[in-house]
Amino acid sequence: MGNFEPEIVGLCCHYCAYTAADMAGSKRISYPSNVKIIRVPCTGKVDAIHLMKALEKGADGVFVAGCLEGDCHFKNGNTRAAKRVVYVKNYIESLGFEPERVAMYNISAGMGERFAQIAGEFTEQIKALGPNPVKNIKSNHQAAGQ
Amino acid sequence: MITAEQKPIEEIIEYIAPYDRILLVGCNECVTVCAAGGRKEVGLLASALHLHSLKQGKTVDIKEITLERQCDPEYVEELVSLIDSADAILSMACGCGVQTIAGRYKDKPVYPAVNTKFMGASESQGIWAERCKGCGDCLLGVTGGVCPVARCSKQLMNGPCGGTSNGQCEISPDTDCAWRLIWERLKALGMEKRYIEVMVAKDWRPAGGGGPRRIVREDLT
Repeated sequence: MGNFEPEIVGLCCHYCAYTAADMAGSKRISYPSNVKIIRVPCTGKVDAIHLMKALEKGADGVFVAGCLEGDCHFKNGNTRAAKRVVYVKNYIESLGFEPERVAMYNISAGMGERFAQIAGEFTEQIKALGPNPVKNIKSNHQAAGQ
Repeated sequence: MITAEQKPIEEIIEYIAPYDRILLVGCNECVTVCAAGGRKEVGLLASALHLHSLKQGKTVDIKEITLERQCDPEYVEELVSLIDSADAILSMACGCGVQTIAGRYKDKPVYPAVNTKFMGASESQGIWAERCKGCGDCLLGVTGGVCPVARCSKQLMNGPCGGTSNGQCEISPDTDCAWRLIWERLKALGMEKRYIEVMVAKDWRPAGGGGPRRIVREDLT
């Protein structure tokens, strides 16, 4: 467990979190390489199925990062995303998974430091939870298949 | 539309536990509109069932398909090519769809993944409310377009009961008193006289009191 390096998917809004991640890079602020970013046009585009598929395919954690409340480029995409994240948290909890594997953050395009902080905090949180149980089973099945 | 809600995931898991190959069937009609059993919900449920089975150390084969209408035999026929590769069918349609599938594929167990709720309309995004009981003898023409059968908790036919309070029903402050709505509507239309007219006892036979109902249109058969 000590060597566990989680795989984390970050679904980041083009207008804020993605730009913030870019800014973190420009400012040479490092954040864990565990976070794999997927850029979305707005977090309102993120549906429950995207979060579920990330976990099903073995991601240890997945977060959605959208604009600050009230600042969504498309008016309310981020508040819709926040509700979907809560829905998925409850859904995976009923399946026996830790709801903390899914999270929602709100940041602005200028918050490069905050993005790096979030990436670090979430990575530590997932490290504490341990690997997604699905991942081990999948790799065992694949090994058995080979 | 017919509204539905997904069953608790624990109940669905219990239904399909004995099987390795599941055919998960959604419906493109009412349950799609009320976000209970359309293509999107089929994908989500399949993903949840995969996650659960993997956590148990198993893999389950789930085939996803969403039919145009599950309550119509010609669309249910589309499952013929898939049925042999499934041990059980999990339907996300309303009770009509589940029964159409069960009637067509008699040697396969069919399980419902949703609870069919009521005939309702959308009040706003994500909120649906009951509007029709299918009583078979529509009264909306005399009640100003507000149904006392579906919207009055006691199904009263001649004005409100003593439980109405500030225009709301005693069962919940979120429930409008149907007879308050009827009165306001009739008044706005200048049809107050209709409110005074006493309605005779309603015949509940067309509402299902006479047993399961059918419609036969000779011109279409």
